Amino acid sequence: MSGPVNWLSQVGAITKFGLMSIPQRRGAVAATVIGIAGVVAVLVGVLSIAAGFQKVMAVSGAPDAAIVLRSGADSEMVSGFGRDQTRVIADAPGVARNDQGPLSSAELFVIINLPKRSTGMDANVPLRGVEKAAWEVRDHMQIVQGRMFDWGKDEVIVGSGAAREFSGLEVGSKIKVGRYEWPVVGIFSANGAVPESEIWTDAKVLQDAYNRGDSFQSVRVRLNSPGAFQEFKDSLTSNPQLSVKVVRQSEYYVEQSETLTRLIRTLGFLIAFLMAVGAVFGALNTMYSAVAARTKEIATLRALGFGSGAVVMSLMIEALLLALAGGVIGGGLAYLAFNNLHTSTMNWQSFSQVAFAFQVTPQLLLRGMIWAAVIGLIGGLFPAIRAARLPVASALREL
Amino acid sequence: MKYLHLVWTNLKRKKLRTSLTLLSILVAFILFGFLSAIKQALVGGVEMAGADRLIVRHKVSIIQLLPESYKARMERIPGVVLATHQTWFGGIYQDPKNFFMQNPVVPEEFLEMYPEFILPPDQKKAWEVTRTGAIVGRSTAERFHWKIGDKVPLQSSIWSQQDGSRNWTFDIVGIYDGAKKGTDTTAMFFRYDYFDEARRGWGKGKVGWFTIRVKDPSRAAEVAKLVDEEFENSDAETKTEPEGAFIQAWASQLGNVVLIVAAILGAVFFTILLVTGNTMAQAVRERTGELGVLKAIGFSNGQIMALVLAESCLLTVLGGVLGLGLAWLMISRGDPTSGLLPMFFLPTRDLFTGLGISIGLGLVTGIFPALLAMRLRVADALRRI
Repeated sequence: MSGPVNWLSQVGAITKFGLMSIPQRRGAVAATVIGIAGVVAVLVGVLSIAAGFQKVMAVSGAPDAAIVLRSGADSEMVSGFGRDQTRVIADAPGVARNDQGPLSSAELFVIINLPKRSTGMDANVPLRGVEKAAWEVRDHMQIVQGRMFDWGKDEVIVGSGAAREFSGLEVGSKIKVGRYEWPVVGIFSANGAVPESEIWTDAKVLQDAYNRGDSFQSVRVRLNSPGAFQEFKDSLTSNPQLSVKVVRQSEYYVEQSETLTRLIRTLGFLIAFLMAVGAVFGALNTMYSAVAARTKEIATLRALGFGSGAVVMSLMIEALLLALAGGVIGGGLAYLAFNNLHTSTMNWQSFSQVAFAFQVTPQLLLRGMIWAAVIGLIGGLFPAIRAARLPVASALREL
Repeated sequence: MKYLHLVWTNLKRKKLRTSLTLLSILVAFILFGFLSAIKQALVGGVEMAGADRLIVRHKVSIIQLLPESYKARMERIPGVVLATHQTWFGGIYQDPKNFFMQNPVVPEEFLEMYPEFILPPDQKKAWEVTRTGAIVGRSTAERFHWKIGDKVPLQSSIWSQQDGSRNWTFDIVGIYDGAKKGTDTTAMFFRYDYFDEARRGWGKGKVGWFTIRVKDPSRAAEVAKLVDEEFENSDAETKTEPEGAFIQAWASQLGNVVLIVAAILGAVFFTILLVTGNTMAQAVRERTGELGVLKAIGFSNGQIMALVLAESCLLTVLGGVLGLGLAWLMISRGDPTSGLLPMFFLPTRDLFTGLGISIGLGLVTGIFPALLAMRLRVADALRRI
């Protein structure tokens, strides 16, 4: 009885025994596997909501783009600028230019009510007034249906997410804004980013409709390079004419997703943890009965000279394999059921709806498998110890 | 009942297996309790809504303000008993994470409109004479350890004072409690007259939304229509709906919470069903011989079946009661997300639902083993001894 090879072959032999007896215990084994699958499916499913929401926010911000708000404002909703201020911002150092001037878009942000398709109830949909550079300060903007609105005309284009989630936003339909009716002339996509949840029109048109004079709520700029941010920020914050907050676009969106992802994560982990505790009990039950059913076999092997370490190891391997099978089933189910499931929710910071899709990422699947493995190991450990401590003589007497 | 002892002894036979099964049932019901509370927190506001209250907001969206002068015009509409207004203040106390709602209101009207907020009479008096006075709900007062007499500084993201400062200070003059379990006591209310005079700029004389009380709740829809017609074709058209519908629309903006909760609970109970069912099947299989003996000494098929069902039901109900009890204890400690879910509690209704489910679970998991036991032929069973 020496040498790791020998020990491994012992482990292999006992594990094989265990696995071959699974058909006889199929009820208990199925209960364990499905129990663990349930934990993993719920864990991955709930966290995929948070991952999907975060992904939208993450793809929305380019590192070489910045957003300028009134100082003290935590979102566009409560920010405000006059035309003279937005001009100073556009001309600040660090802002990229093309032949038409600085890549800077002063924008207006309001909310209109539209019925959500899934519930039929009113939801807050963002309506944004933009300037011509809006397409340059954001990445991956593309008209996918119809055409761009004409500048100065009462027309809107709709993000593909908004068109999917809310009714009445097809090309050719009209939306009511106060006393006005504006036709939808096109649908645009933005690589899954936040603008896809919005409706866009000319900032001037929106100012008139809302009696806003020549005022804006935010300015978005494209910088010469990601490194130009500090220069841009310093020049604005040190300018006595302005009282502004300058944020990198990427950071702005990450900050906006914090509240919701925190809520989902807290609740998701809480639920999954409780389920995991339940699954551990289930796994313990199965493995204890597996040990009980094999008392004689184990005792016989021990009498033949198999080590107790090998017994423990093989039972742990068996539990681990069952748990991993559960993890694969659960992760697979979550992937099939949830991946890319489209929905929309409230973004508390902007007080409006954001369309997103659940994301079952490889990291989440890995995390699910780790949870499954831990459940399996805990569920296998105690029964394995009991098996190893079995007094050989008395167990054999039961024969 | 006289067989209770027998049932109990059977459960005790394999103590380890019984306790592990019991624990997994217990965990399932703790989860049931938690999810009920989460659902309550997210969509339960609808039940707290007053049947005789309507919410009037700007037709385009709730962020557009309405003139305060609408109040008088609303109160002239037949069927309207009372109208009062609130405005979103959007104040931050120290850190944006310390979120709670603060609204300027007209104290007397406001307390009359919302009888579910209970404020002691002397505190109400103090509020009426203190211009900068504010009342705050019990849960927020406890969260930040505020007492009557404290000065609370808030930084508003929306409103600035005449001098341009966004820092507002309020004197806590009262702490209100909720009349019902589930009344939201996280909000702070302060005086509109002070707010309107102190604020600067575009919003002056304008308010966020109105709440109106109707004389006859069954005619609420008619009154809502009259209100909207009153302001049709004005600069600020309105949308009026029952408070319940307003809250429901608000909750549904989050997404379909009820469906998600139901899906998770489905997964949990399906799992538990398997675990418990498996335990019961094992227990019956092991006891084939004894069941044969019981039959041989004259137990009827019905009695045998009842014995097995009683055993499974005892196990699930015990787990259910313990689990719900533990969930109730844990939930009573309050919102796990610190402030995001103000109405986090376990409704009594869901406790009873849980109890019902535990009995159902016992019957479903016990029925197949019970049938098996019932159909057992005495001769076959005894041969196995």
